[in-house]
Amino acid sequence: MLEIKNLHVKLEEEDKAILKGVNLTVEAGKVHAIMGPNGSGKSTLSYVLSGREGYEVTEGSATLDGQDLLALEPEERAAAGLFLAFQYPVEIPGVGNMTFLRTAVNAQRKARGEEEMSSAEFLKVVREKAKTLKIDAEMLKRPVNVGFSGGEKKRNEILQMAMLEPKMCILDETDSGLDVDAMKLVSDGVNALRSEGRSFLVITHYQRLLDHIVPDVVHIMANGRIIRTGGPELALEVEKNGYADILAEAV
Amino acid sequence: MAQTAVKAGGERLATLALPESGAWLAAARKAAQARLLAMGLPGRRDEYWKYTNPTSLTDAAVTSAAAFDDPSEAPAFDAIDRVTLVFTDGVFDADASDDPAAAGVEITRLAEAGARDLHWARDLYGVLETRGQTPVARPLAALNSALATDGVLIHATGRATKPVSLVYRHRSETSDANLHHCIKLDAGAEMTILESGPGAARFNTVMEVEVADGAAFHHIRTQGRDHDRRVATHIFARLGAESRFKTFTLTANGVLTRNEAVVELTGDDAQAHIAGAAMGDGGFHHDDTVFITHDAERCESRQVFKKVLKGGAVGVFQGKILVKPGAQKTDGYQISQSLLLDDDSQFLAKPELEIYADDVKCSHGSTSGAIDETALFYLRSRGVPEKTAQALLVQAFLAEAIEEIEDAAIAEDVRGRLDAWLARRMG
Ligand SMILES: Nc1ncnc2c1ncn2[C@@H]1O[C@H](COP(=O)(O)OP(=O)(O)OP(=O)(O)O)[C@@H](O)[C@H]1O
Ligand SMILES: [Mg+2]
Repeated sequence: MLEIKNLHVKLEEEDKAILKGVNLTVEAGKVHAIMGPNGSGKSTLSYVLSGREGYEVTEGSATLDGQDLLALEPEERAAAGLFLAFQYPVEIPGVGNMTFLRTAVNAQRKARGEEEMSSAEFLKVVREKAKTLKIDAEMLKRPVNVGFSGGEKKRNEILQMAMLEPKMCILDETDSGLDVDAMKLVSDGVNALRSEGRSFLVITHYQRLLDHIVPDVVHIMANGRIIRTGGPELALEVEKNGYADILAEAV
Repeated sequence: MAQTAVKAGGERLATLALPESGAWLAAARKAAQARLLAMGLPGRRDEYWKYTNPTSLTDAAVTSAAAFDDPSEAPAFDAIDRVTLVFTDGVFDADASDDPAAAGVEITRLAEAGARDLHWARDLYGVLETRGQTPVARPLAALNSALATDGVLIHATGRATKPVSLVYRHRSETSDANLHHCIKLDAGAEMTILESGPGAARFNTVMEVEVADGAAFHHIRTQGRDHDRRVATHIFARLGAESRFKTFTLTANGVLTRNEAVVELTGDDAQAHIAGAAMGDGGFHHDDTVFITHDAERCESRQVFKKVLKGGAVGVFQGKILVKPGAQKTDGYQISQSLLLDDDSQFLAKPELEIYADDVKCSHGSTSGAIDETALFYLRSRGVPEKTAQALLVQAFLAEAIEEIEDAAIAEDVRGRLDAWLARRMG
């Protein structure tokens, strides 16, 4: 599904290398988790994959089902099935959440040569999915993320994911800012989407989330590289001992 | 030296041929010409014209522009049930117009009004314009009062049955047109005026509106989309107690537009809302100049102006709120914002407050900025194509101004025109 090879990324504006040779392969249907100290490059990886400006790829490649992701515009990557749940979802005053969602769903369908969703169908589906995430109708009417609490923003990200039905989902610290119940809701939302054709890359600091969304593979990222890969037990080890041992071992 | 500068164009103005008209109107025109002679035409050095060069609005030479009525576009307000009055190159066109009687208000053509003894019109024509000449001179308005060839005089005694839609067509390549409208709303009356169409290569309009106690006046205007058009407009309004006055203008393109609104709140608890949304690219210069005088208690005034500028376009906002002594509990709000789609475009703003009462609430804010790149990326990351994402953000930016339109159907029409413009121009 997702194949990242020797990816080197620096900032466009300054000579600062952030990713220094990331290798990562996520197979279809699998859930991979990435953990790692603050500033190790996890969000940068997710931004580079989704096409945000400001970064320069100096070496390496990233493909989604064989398609060169790095050559595509952000909207083309989305249409190809990539989705990023932002660590910090963006507030957009003046653009209604519903308008935004419908525009996005139909733009992707159009890009893939599929028929657009009718208003009635869209409304029905969005209401259903919002309900399971406990997002009320009033929130759907508000401008995108404006005035949403931290947790509400994260739930809104998952709602977008559920509507867009991407095949490669990257969740960047979707658990941060969620209360215990919301974490359960969001995890249930993610688990409901798990399927053979869909993969997840879950960035998190806490083992807690991985109790709900059980990963197949866990990676540790530090200083712009994946320094260790293992099974779910690796997350438990980090939870218990921190990164010190793993970092020391990698040097 | 100052004297000669101020009286610019004096010789030409003194010999202007005023249109033929009957007794009271002829006198009003003469008086306007005298006012104009005393002030002279605006010049580049006038403080009030610091950001907008008036030269091409006042040149002796008549500007020419290709006749313009884009047949590919749906006419503005097409879906609105209205009474349409058409002016072609500044002259009322009865054949193209609806029956004026259907609007439920008294309507008289200015060109035919001089011969009739319309007391109320005589007390309004050039009168609010004259009041609006202090403390700042507005020579183009006096010029209009002297020269206007046509227009409508509307007297609303109750609730109008339909909006009156003034449609300006431009058929001759070299045309200067001056139209002057007077609208009087008696106590408790309510009506809506719509204005649309390119009008002329160089178009000068004045609207004087007297809103009596408890009356409500709504004005929605779309200004043409041809590139060659130059336009100067003035709206003068005087508001009685508990009355409401709302005006909104959508401007898309045009070389030069100067829209002035001069509003006096003279009765307690009156409300004035003045709003505008303007979009332009390339050789586009758009100037909103507003002067609001609070001269009664508990009045509310609200100015909301938004501009989207691209490819070297220039936006100007000059907005003043004057709160006179005794105008306690005044609530004055003013916001003017520009969205600059590139580095070539420019927004110049001069917000002013002058307050002589102690118990007032006045705020103003003026900003200009680029499109929010983070928001743009967020939208694109969800699969929204860049141009659509930009258009969504532009619509969001303009929304606050368009929300000032009370009538849902008219607001929808305006949004539709805006969307069409974005679809054509954002590429
Ligand atoms: N636009 C930028 N300008 C300057 N520095 C940047 C920029 N983007 C990322 N960095 C730097 O790159 C490094 C990696 O940042 P990144 O946000 O990817 O870390 P992270 O692993 O997601 O951290 P966290 O766990 O705190 O979210 C940090 O040192 C950060 O300061
Ligand atoms: Mg991060």
